[in-house]
Amino acid sequence: MSNSPPALPLLPTVEILHQLRERCGEAVLSVHPEALDPFAIVRPSALPEVMAFLRNEPDLAFDLLHNISGVDYLEPDPKKAAKAGFEPHLEVVYHLQSFQHRHRITIKVILPRWKDDQVGQLPEAPTVSHLFGSADWHEREVFDLLGVNFVGHPDLRRILLSEDWVGHPLRKDYEYPLEYHGIRGR
Amino acid sequence: MAIVSPPRQPNTPTLIEFDVRTDEMLVNMGPQHPSTHGVLRLLLATDGEVIREVTPHLGYLHRCAEKIGENVTPIQFIPYTDRMDYLSAMNMNLGYSLAVEKLCSLKVPQKADVIRVIIAELNRIASHLVGMGTYGLDLGTFSPFLYAFREREMILDLFEAACGARLTYSYLTIGGPHDDLPLGWVGQCRTFLNYFKKRVPEYHALLTTNHIFISRTAGVGVLPKQVALSHACSGPVLRGSLDRRAGDPEWDLRKLEPYCGYETYSFQVAQPPFDDEHFGIPYRKPNEAVIGDCWHRFFVRMIEVVQSIAIIEQALGRYEKLQDEFLAAREKHLAEQAKRSPEERKKAEVAYNELLKTRLGHRVEPPRHLPAGEAYLETECPRGAMGFYVVGRADKPVVPLRVRAKSSSFLNLSVIREIARGCLIADIPAIIGSLDIVMGEIDR
Repeated sequence: MSNSPPALPLLPTVEILHQLRERCGEAVLSVHPEALDPFAIVRPSALPEVMAFLRNEPDLAFDLLHNISGVDYLEPDPKKAAKAGFEPHLEVVYHLQSFQHRHRITIKVILPRWKDDQVGQLPEAPTVSHLFGSADWHEREVFDLLGVNFVGHPDLRRILLSEDWVGHPLRKDYEYPLEYHGIRGR
Repeated sequence: MAIVSPPRQPNTPTLIEFDVRTDEMLVNMGPQHPSTHGVLRLLLATDGEVIREVTPHLGYLHRCAEKIGENVTPIQFIPYTDRMDYLSAMNMNLGYSLAVEKLCSLKVPQKADVIRVIIAELNRIASHLVGMGTYGLDLGTFSPFLYAFREREMILDLFEAACGARLTYSYLTIGGPHDDLPLGWVGQCRTFLNYFKKRVPEYHALLTTNHIFISRTAGVGVLPKQVALSHACSGPVLRGSLDRRAGDPEWDLRKLEPYCGYETYSFQVAQPPFDDEHFGIPYRKPNEAVIGDCWHRFFVRMIEVVQSIAIIEQALGRYEKLQDEFLAAREKHLAEQAKRSPEERKKAEVAYNELLKTRLGHRVEPPRHLPAGEAYLETECPRGAMGFYVVGRADKPVVPLRVRAKSSSFLNLSVIREIARGCLIADIPAIIGSLDIVMGEIDR
């Protein structure tokens, strides 16, 4: 066994983003190679294609989906909302890595906070659980805590909260329940 | 689900078929079951003794850690990371600190990095000791547990001397540990390591080469490499399924994406096959064991313990050197300050502080506001790659917009459906024990 220093990633992230843009064309809305973790923003409907491309392309081979996290961009205080620097939206962030080449990439999907701007209608994103086993539970978690409906997920139910819980707590405008099965909140 | 035999047709010669299949029975295991390592509930669909399907139910220990992270400053969140993986709280502190430091582009002094390595590796040993001891408990042997906890107590004593706490330390904060190691600590740590080195063969005698242990773990719960990768397993669970000889990379973040200067330490990554004496341990894999089974996952941890000792010994040497340098520099600085004129004094003070910041100090003050942007960082914790994802905001409040803790145990547990199918009920504790999960980290 060698104690040599680890080999550098084969492809610089800029190159990966470039390839992604070249091959997936319109599916990639924008690329951000200057970010701390360089990322690409992908059109939600094209997500499974892009992920399949990233996974199956031999030069890229992103076969590890480490993490899926949802981020709710909303400033609930209307006085501070103007200064917040973002429009209200939801992001689902996918952190990928290649087992063979070790390089990493971040893919983002931007969703509206509510589908068709109707409060209570969960926004939809296609599932990638058929491509990555790790997406199964992570998508359930994002659904549970942020309320994103992953279309095509085989078993989309709450994972951390109980099944009769109301609301999605990691949303910024979530209201804490006053009572749950006779247990007083607040 | 009862299998109903078809109704007998009237006026036909009686043909009686015996359905030898037994009814499928649902067995509820947990949430209060000693071998589920916390509050995990497994719903087993069984056919006699054989498992048809496992459905894990999580969330009994959910404490909204991520929501809390959005409402407190990064420093205030450190104690909450303690309570994620409470068996290796130091590693959790370190993971979150590094993620925030990455977002702030904060560089910590060299000595802080060395202290972090020492403490994190000590906690790795303590954590693997619990993993090893409780694994014995799961399989019905009590004594390894007692020995493991005897040694773990000594590590906890060292931690108590360093930071005052024995379980939830909050010691490795953002910018470095909140205090330097106390006087005489290095000597105590060395004494412990020398004592501990001699104990390792005892564990192997108790478990690794124990005939009953081998027959309970070897060839049981085989996790194929492809499944492990698809579920993004990490840590000993993934490494136990890899094959060094088949060209699999050494999948350890301390080697692949070194942090805290791990690239400067010499150590080996425990990766099967274990049929030679590569790791300086005179034990080889039993004939029944195959790569990816419970025995291999267990043995990876046992080797990691020995490798951690080697890392700590190197780090202690470096710490002593840096500490001597620090004491000399401080003495010289204080002695010379008295003789200087006020302007010179100011200048010298700045130079001295710079030296502390880059090299000899144990901590730098982190910025009060997080910059806009986001950082995702994984560190190699005892249970696998723990990732923290921190999002800052442009309007610069003191709290982050989002804190996400990606748990390694969460993904390691998710393979249970795949690997427990078709095994016996009695193998379930063996499989869960070999995954070495901590529910505090899964449920957060």
